[in-house]
Amino acid sequence: MANTILILAEQLRGSLSDITFEMLGEGRKLANALGVPLYAALLGSEAASLAAKLGAADKVFVVDNASLNMAPANTTAAALKAVMDQAQAGLVLIGGTNVSMGVGAVLSAKANLPFVNYCRAIRADGGAVVLTSQLFGGKILTDVKLTDGKGIVSVYPGAFQADAGKSDKTPAIEKVEVSVEAPKVTFKKYIEPETGDVDITKQNVLIAVGRGIQDKGNVELAEELAATLGGAVCASRPVIDQGWLPLSRQVGKSGMTVKPRLYLALGISGAPEHWEGMQGSQCIVAVNTDPKAPIFDGAHYGIVGDALEFIPLLTDKVKARKG
Amino acid sequence: MNIFVLLKLVPDTVEELEIAGDGKSLEAEVLRFKQSDPDEHAVEQAILLKEKCSSKVTVVALESPEVDDALFTALAKGADRAVKLTGNLINAQSFAAAQMLANFLKPEGASLPADTLILLRGQSIDDLEGEIGPFLAELLGLPYVCVVTSVVPEGGSVTVMKEFAGGLRGEFAVPMPAVIGIQSAEKPPRYVPFAKIKAIQKTAKIETVDVTPPDSLTRFGVERMYKPEAVGRAQMLEGASEEVADKLVEVLAKNSLI
Ligand SMILES: Cc1cc2nc3c(=O)[nH]c(=O)nc-3n(C[C@H](O)[C@H](O)[C@H](O)COP(=O)(O)OP(=O)(O)OC[C@H]3O[C@@H](n4cnc5c(N)ncnc54)[C@H](O)[C@@H]3O)c2cc1C
Repeated sequence: MANTILILAEQLRGSLSDITFEMLGEGRKLANALGVPLYAALLGSEAASLAAKLGAADKVFVVDNASLNMAPANTTAAALKAVMDQAQAGLVLIGGTNVSMGVGAVLSAKANLPFVNYCRAIRADGGAVVLTSQLFGGKILTDVKLTDGKGIVSVYPGAFQADAGKSDKTPAIEKVEVSVEAPKVTFKKYIEPETGDVDITKQNVLIAVGRGIQDKGNVELAEELAATLGGAVCASRPVIDQGWLPLSRQVGKSGMTVKPRLYLALGISGAPEHWEGMQGSQCIVAVNTDPKAPIFDGAHYGIVGDALEFIPLLTDKVKARKG
Repeated sequence: MNIFVLLKLVPDTVEELEIAGDGKSLEAEVLRFKQSDPDEHAVEQAILLKEKCSSKVTVVALESPEVDDALFTALAKGADRAVKLTGNLINAQSFAAAQMLANFLKPEGASLPADTLILLRGQSIDDLEGEIGPFLAELLGLPYVCVVTSVVPEGGSVTVMKEFAGGLRGEFAVPMPAVIGIQSAEKPPRYVPFAKIKAIQKTAKIETVDVTPPDSLTRFGVERMYKPEAVGRAQMLEGASEEVADKLVEVLAKNSLI
């Protein structure tokens, strides 16, 4: 029974990440369409205790080995290759997260299979598998067809519903003995998130500034608008990297996940790594000079224009309205 | 230390991107290239390391349009040597690019000096394989850590800080030689005046090294390239600035946000 589908179950600090369930849900649909089993791989010394939560899979392959805790990509990929062989997997799904990044590329080199990154949609086409990936910061989509259904795929977090991958069923569990070479890279410690002056995850209103804000001085315009609306200012990565706002204000893949009632994105293009952190906001309004900016593909309201000109105007109007 | 930084230009996504006639690639004619953020940060991290502990910084790129500008800019910022790999290499995906870079960094039979550190972007937005670092590390048999935001040398290894999510980070010790995927440097990339780049262009030279491309520059093909359809597209608020601001205030009021 070759060409099964295998998912790398991702965990951080003893719990399974959302991406695990997102991939299980989508993997289940694909496995059903192709008529093949869906398997999951769990690696590390906490694997055995987490396996029961992966009921959406037909079977969970467990490699219980402490060398795989916080292991670097090549160590993880070597163990995953052993599971892949054991499971006779043709298609392997891995999270496109900071935790798992690098594993897919190494595995693809080891297994001599294509590596398709940035995937947001997967479908069966006869026995083939068609993958849709997002390139160029979300401006372009590409379809790749794996005619024999074989490949290593890195899946964008948030592309699929996590709920679809949760199940009360008890999966079959198979222990795999793998000899793991001690990794050269050693994990030393966690560095906890910086606690800033404001907790952006607890705000009802967030005024988000991106590279389009152009200058540190302009952040003040956003601060004034935030104060007027009773919220706080947060930012995309380039603003944080420039040192215009502290790390505690970063929204996105590496930063915070926020779900305010209003997310007003000013001069933010809407790259997938930013989108990951704010897509759950109730009302997203985007202001951008580029009518083709990807942020407009997902925002609720859009305004094409210069944010620097728009912010003070809006601040005045809100003040006037509030009287 | 012996630091290598690998550079590549990417299309500027603020510009209009057009799909070419083959429906599988971008229209090359209209592309404007720029250095990617992570590449700029990788150069900055290398220069910061050089300032801290005497190092030699070499910037390396595969031949591509406008790439000389990026190499000269890195020299102007303080890199010691710039190398361009030439051959018929356009359209190389990450794996093929890694093969060529691996051959350059460690020709057959040679070994890498123990104090070698290879810094590069963690991901690139223009390539479906997207990650060159892990391929290169695998080909060279070196350790690899990515999404790194600081690199501190300690004897024969470096301590790096890697980002996870939600602001959580982790510290790892990585023995050299090693490949590190840089996300952000410890400081914002320095600005270098255009005049300084012009001056360097007159005095410095980019070394060129001819390489033999691998059998295949790509490991798989693209079926179709297209722009996202406007499903779920935002409701656009249009008009003169005043009018748009009024419309937005209405939206905010309707949603009980004011
Ligand atoms: C592993 C990894 C992790 C990452 N983590 C994060 C993360 O946590 N958070 C994050 O945000 N990014 C993250 N990124 C980076 C992400 O890929 C993007 O590069 C980033 O989100 C882009 O930020 P931006 O939209 O501000 O800048 P750009 O993409 O440069 O967009 C600027 C926008 O401003 C517009 N503009 C310019 N001038 C004006 C003006 N006057 N008025 C209005 N609009 C204007 C432009 O049209 C453009 O759309 C990560 C990337 C990687 C690879």
